[in-house]
Amino acid sequence: MSIQVQGVTKTFGEFVALDDVSLDIASGELVALLSPSGSGKTTLLRVIAGLEWPDAGRVLFHGEDATDTHARERRVGFVFQHYALFRHMTVSENVAFGLRVRPRPVRPSEAAIRAKVQDLLELVQLGWLGERYPHQLSGGQRQRIALARALAVEPRVLLLDEPFGALDANVRKQLRRWLRRLHDEVHVTTVFVTHDQDEAMAVADRVVIMNHGRLEQVGTPEQVRAAPATEFVRAFLADDDGDASGIIPSWQPEPSFSSRTAHAMSSGRVPLLG
Amino acid sequence: MAKPQARSFELTWGDFLPPEAYVGDKAPTARVGARQEPAAVRWLLIGSALAFLVLFLFLPLAAVFHEALKKGWDVYVAAIAEPDALAAIRLTLLAALIAVPLNTVFGVAAAWAIAKFDFRGKNLLTTLIDLPFSVSPVISGLIYVLLFGAQGWLGPWLQEHGLKVIFAVPGIVLATVFVTFPFVARELIPLMQAQGREEEEAAVVLGARGWDLFRRVTLPNIKWGLLYGVILCNARAMGEFGAVSVVSGHIRGSTNTLPLQVEILYNEYQFAAAFAVASLLALLALVTLAVKGIAERRLAS
Repeated sequence: MSIQVQGVTKTFGEFVALDDVSLDIASGELVALLSPSGSGKTTLLRVIAGLEWPDAGRVLFHGEDATDTHARERRVGFVFQHYALFRHMTVSENVAFGLRVRPRPVRPSEAAIRAKVQDLLELVQLGWLGERYPHQLSGGQRQRIALARALAVEPRVLLLDEPFGALDANVRKQLRRWLRRLHDEVHVTTVFVTHDQDEAMAVADRVVIMNHGRLEQVGTPEQVRAAPATEFVRAFLADDDGDASGIIPSWQPEPSFSSRTAHAMSSGRVPLLG
Repeated sequence: MAKPQARSFELTWGDFLPPEAYVGDKAPTARVGARQEPAAVRWLLIGSALAFLVLFLFLPLAAVFHEALKKGWDVYVAAIAEPDALAAIRLTLLAALIAVPLNTVFGVAAAWAIAKFDFRGKNLLTTLIDLPFSVSPVISGLIYVLLFGAQGWLGPWLQEHGLKVIFAVPGIVLATVFVTFPFVARELIPLMQAQGREEEEAAVVLGARGWDLFRRVTLPNIKWGLLYGVILCNARAMGEFGAVSVVSGHIRGSTNTLPLQVEILYNEYQFAAAFAVASLLALLALVTLAVKGIAERRLAS
């Protein structure tokens, strides 16, 4: 399923998160949105998912205008930065959720759901964790469960917000390779957001570099490396540690208001809520 | 790239323990002296806190039961089994039975809207929810009299249609609903705000519709907070005096709730009976505290 973003602008009050952004993503492609934090990439991802409405512009799925389609109907898989697993459900129930909430006529049978969940858990190599609860899992495991949950509804498009952002370096590298393999296996159009250029370059077919809500350059990792289109891209790629977090602390939430509040709240969660 | 730890500002019991409690436990012994107040100060503070608790909380509670049972168990039972008292119990239960479910639904709906959505007038709605807390209950009762009373705005119309609100059960229910309106919403809003929207967003992207979203994702996450709010709402619904007193008309056996019944009996020097009925409300308070304690513990876990 191809994705076209056409002239999308999104502001939050005075803050321009996306400024006339246009982007074509081919079917089956794996694309990274790369930029320092606060450059609008998460907002772009949320606009594609239908979690944020653009002030102007359109989003097309497979040539069809999806701008007014509710997030529920878009059939996208979204993996949230902090995974957003349902904390009161077991891993299996988390993965089964998208199937269980289908309207009765199109809902698979209980046996089919169970089989599908098991398949997905095997796919993410966590078949033995089905009865655990999210809080009993490690970060990397949660990440993979979130992915399995997103894949359960057979999404036409898979969107991942800083998929490895909250993990330590080792797990990050493993999961990166693993995501690449998974994508080659499932071949669903995938867009992921990152501020880590190594990550983007290592995993993605094409890299989209953003700055202040605008696209700076779009191209394969080789193209971008060989010929930075703008001064910003050159400086950004030259940044030694390959991690834009030096510019703005990477844990800072993206500038979309609702997700910003949600993130701020989930990271500073009061102990009361466990 | 260090991710800052979510810092906990929650007070723990350790914060209330006398400094000795740390010896051999957390703080090194050498530092205890530095943290220790003189014995006199410590005993003065602890002593005055205890004295305050005994004087203002424990003694009155004990007095209620002492006075209620002073003339014996038979008098106690007779006072409660008396028809007017039974009618008051029934009316109190009825008012709570209507007000609590209504405010549970209103409260959940309001909290859900405020915590999970952005819309114009959100601050106004939040303020409105708090209104019953900031208005004296007597005033809220009077407002209903002004609206529905014989001389009130809607009075003539109500009379024409043979409807009685003031000095009747509907008025009592209305006043109770108004006064207890904020409890559930106030309890849920901070909880739901702190939980954020991500789980709901995840559920929507997975295709969940409104009701599924609420039942499968939101409700399980708020259930203990909700129970807590409902308990507080119920306690207030049964114990409300001011607003109900204004609209009730104090008709014995008909428009008297438990708190009003206590007042009437007391004014008639039927102390044993008054305290017997009061002891029911005190028992309710104790049960409320117990359930609240359990809910709080589950909420914290």
